[in-house]
Amino acid sequence: MLGKLLIQDSTKASWNYLVGAFKPPCNIFISFADGRSRKQVPLKKENGKTVMVALFQSQENIVGEVVIEPIQGKKVEHNGVKIELLGQIELYFDRGNFYDFTSLVRELDVPGELYERKTYPFEFSTVEMPYESYNGVNVRLRYILKVTISRNYVSNIVEYQDFVVRNYTPPPSINNSIKMEVGIEDCLHIEFEYSKSKYHLKDVIIGKIYFLLVRIKLKNMELEIRRRESTGSGPNTYVETETLAKFELMDGAPVRGESIPIRLFLSPYELTPTYRNINNKFCVKYYLNLVLVDEEDRRYFKQQEITVYRLLET
Amino acid sequence: MIADGVEDEEKWLAAGIAGLQQNAFYMHRALDSNNLRDALKYSAQMLSELRTSRLSPHKYYELYMRAFDELRKLEMFFKEETRRGCSIIDLYELVQHAGNILPRLYLLCTVGSVYIKSKEAPAKDVLKDLVEMCRGIQNPVRGLFLRSYLAQVSRDKLPDIGSEYEGDADTVVDAVEFVLQNFTEMNKLWVRMQQQGPAREKEKREKERSELRDLVGKNLHVLSQIEGVDLDMYKDTVLPRILEQVVNCKDELAQYYLMDCIIQVFPDEYHLQTLDVLLGAFPQLQPTVDIKTVLSRLMERLSNYAASSADVLPEFLQVEAFLKLNNAIGKVIEAQPDMPILGVITLYSSLLTFTLHVHPDRLDYADQVLGACVRKLSGKGKLEDNKATKQIVALLSAPLEKYNDIVTALKLSNYPRVMEYLDSETNKVMATVIIQSIMKNKTHISTADRVEALFELIKGLIKDLDGTLDDEVDEDDFKEEQNSVSRLIQMLYNDDPEEMFKIICTVRKHILAGGPKRLSFTVPPLVFSSLKLVRQLQGREENPFGEEESTTPKKIFQLLNQTVETLSNVPAPELALQLYLQCAEAANDCDLEPVAYEFFTQAYILYEEEISDSRAQVTAIHLIIGTLQRMHVFGVENRDTLTHKATGYSAKLLKKPDQCRAVYACSHLFWVDDQDNVKDGERVLLCLKRALRIANAAQQMSNAARGSTGSVTLFVEILNKYLYFFEKGNPQITVAAIQSLLELITTEMQSDSSTPDPAADAFFASTLRYIEFQKQKGGAVGEKYEPIKV
Repeated sequence: MLGKLLIQDSTKASWNYLVGAFKPPCNIFISFADGRSRKQVPLKKENGKTVMVALFQSQENIVGEVVIEPIQGKKVEHNGVKIELLGQIELYFDRGNFYDFTSLVRELDVPGELYERKTYPFEFSTVEMPYESYNGVNVRLRYILKVTISRNYVSNIVEYQDFVVRNYTPPPSINNSIKMEVGIEDCLHIEFEYSKSKYHLKDVIIGKIYFLLVRIKLKNMELEIRRRESTGSGPNTYVETETLAKFELMDGAPVRGESIPIRLFLSPYELTPTYRNINNKFCVKYYLNLVLVDEEDRRYFKQQEITVYRLLET
Repeated sequence: MIADGVEDEEKWLAAGIAGLQQNAFYMHRALDSNNLRDALKYSAQMLSELRTSRLSPHKYYELYMRAFDELRKLEMFFKEETRRGCSIIDLYELVQHAGNILPRLYLLCTVGSVYIKSKEAPAKDVLKDLVEMCRGIQNPVRGLFLRSYLAQVSRDKLPDIGSEYEGDADTVVDAVEFVLQNFTEMNKLWVRMQQQGPAREKEKREKERSELRDLVGKNLHVLSQIEGVDLDMYKDTVLPRILEQVVNCKDELAQYYLMDCIIQVFPDEYHLQTLDVLLGAFPQLQPTVDIKTVLSRLMERLSNYAASSADVLPEFLQVEAFLKLNNAIGKVIEAQPDMPILGVITLYSSLLTFTLHVHPDRLDYADQVLGACVRKLSGKGKLEDNKATKQIVALLSAPLEKYNDIVTALKLSNYPRVMEYLDSETNKVMATVIIQSIMKNKTHISTADRVEALFELIKGLIKDLDGTLDDEVDEDDFKEEQNSVSRLIQMLYNDDPEEMFKIICTVRKHILAGGPKRLSFTVPPLVFSSLKLVRQLQGREENPFGEEESTTPKKIFQLLNQTVETLSNVPAPELALQLYLQCAEAANDCDLEPVAYEFFTQAYILYEEEISDSRAQVTAIHLIIGTLQRMHVFGVENRDTLTHKATGYSAKLLKKPDQCRAVYACSHLFWVDDQDNVKDGERVLLCLKRALRIANAAQQMSNAARGSTGSVTLFVEILNKYLYFFEKGNPQITVAAIQSLLELITTEMQSDSSTPDPAADAFFASTLRYIEFQKQKGGAVGEKYEPIKV
């Protein structure tokens, strides 16, 4: 019994040793030069945790420094240190394959040995980051800074730093309203109007529904915001539709001639801009779905695409 | 099954309340900890209980009131929240994130109220937004309550004149616009309730709807409270907009209620100045709407307004209120051909009341109203509708009450024509009302024309109307009615004999048409009325203009003769006899011997031919004797004839005691104290002796028939007659005769066969005492009595 206990004890000790053995011999810290003043936004990591990361937009200079700090009393022998800025698209059905649509590299150090803490400044100037960070159902688009310490015989030491990219668009010069008359013959004719076809993320949808003919007993009417994420291409296209908002517009049965106002604030919903074509890998589109429900719970609906854009916040 | 429904409803209500309270609890907690997000979340959940469709309006109201109380607390919280620096605009947006529309809109109205108070945006913009957004609720019950909530929270925040929310941009126009819009939408929802749901629940829905009507009407009340709604705005905006909604909704219940509401909530002055517009709406209402009640209330209000102050009367004239109302009523009746006659009469009745109040001097207006009424009634025959009849009585009573004077009503030519449409029963009631009015007000009706008109009015009492079944008339009622007619006849009076004579002729003409049953009631007052005129003429100087004057006692007597004669058809011989005697007496006073004689002749003929009942004969003969005794106009010959006849009748009465009494009464016919030419002592004695003989015969008959002699009363009575004439100095009445009569009586009383009669004994005793008294008086009388021994 005692021996067994001892064995257990030694096992524990050797585990500690092993952990120490596989532990990288140095710590790598990546930081941005304007890290304190730069806006931080939440980012959901793979493990489900949300962290705050720095926010950039395209054409910005990404400047900072990498600190490598060898563990006390250890030297790090390497074949060179580099930092990469990667823009990756990760398709979940194709897990493990990353498509890097952006890849920039800066050599930080020539091969040699590191005995003590060393700081490497880096700079990527006016980086082209055409796509926004995106976390979808089937696809993820992420930007990372990747520091690699290349070594012989043993695996490289790698450190990642995520950051988020959001690109802003000015208000569109043409923004027509969406206006349409729809119906079922001799049953239900309505005319609806949304004041615009393009909305920014904090926008509000204003509109109205005008009942031209009502021969069915309606119960209520709602407006849905739906996101259609389509990934892949050709036979391997995956389409995922989510309903992000269900917003009741009307309660009860209207009669002919009634006009029901619409006012839907977009800010409470987690929308992204519309992504038409992201590197031929995926696209994200938004739709307004007007749903009328009758007393027998039959649903009549009409879906209209809207464009969502990110307006530069002032 | 119905019971189940009610129980279920109770259950649902209880569940709703429970849900509401639970969320209210969490909401309170959030409010206490200033947690806006949770406050919004739980308040929205709390309000979700109002989304139910399972409750009747009544129960829903209960739930609503609880939510209402909670929302007050939330409103306070919002207010504090803005004080703590939270932007009201943000709050206004934040509450609109709620996914369900009903909670969203309740919250929006609540924040909106705070928003207006904060004055960060013009009140009108917020109000306009709220009233627009509420369109999302199309369910009638939920919509009505939501909009009612909106009306409630906004009513102290309207940009009214003098309100703190009034500004350059916000004017009372906006306030009015807001309320009107809310009203319109609410009314639409309310009307729609009727059309939704299965047809078999129509009644239930109607009931539920009327429970909700005050929610709609409240808007009109709010409008009426807005200071800035002056006459111009009311005329140009408010009224036309309301009426547009009322007319267009084509809903019976709503039209009735709202029209009434308009009339009740807005000032009378406005109604008066907008009569055209208001009245113009009535013919456009649904044919089933109870317009008469509404219109009647309008007229009632205007009447009261007119009565409130004399200052407002010029306004009525200026706007020609009467003409407009009259026209409108005509149009409404035209537009609603199915309107029951009751409605028509009610309308005219109200109009009449109105015109009596407003234009008391314009009798022609009142007559116009009655005329219109007649036109409407014509061709419809007698009214059979009980209520309509009552309404006509009210219509006809109105002028009487107003003027307190039937004379005015008599000037209304259409008045009697309206009465023609009443059934005879009601006609009588109306006639009685008229008579009572005359009595009460002691109205002086002094011309024949008016009398003519009056009798036209009360002809229900004067004669049998068509179709009356006599047996249905209660005897007592009939007497009562006819008595009132008799009283009325006596009230008709004019100092001018000419006119009075005309009145009499008119009355006569009418009452003669009344049929035998009435004559015995109506003839006497007429006769006495005429006799009164006779006496009046008789008291006058001789007519200075000679023969010109047409009204002479003679003429009247001729008329009277004919009048009384009519009683023979009844027949009422006793009455006729009495009246003849009255006339004779009057003729006597006028020194018209032939006339008096004629009357007596008539009386005698009646006595001989018609009065056969012995008791009636007794009464009649005494009347004749009494009257004849007082006549002084007759010459010897006539008098002889008449007295002779009277004596003859007396002796022929059936019962001996009656005979006896009549005969001794006749003795007075021959001895009239103040007429020297009528002092025929001998014939007096003859009468008394004859009476004695008859009394004797009576005693004997009694003895023969019953074995006992009758009472001595007759003898005592005769003794008294003896004493009377003795005292008056009739030489034929001697002491000896009296003495022997006294003895006779004493003997009779002591006779074994006599029946004791205390009354007779007492009578005799007191007669004796009288003799004794006279003796002791001394002087001429004492001397005269002295020889009589008792």
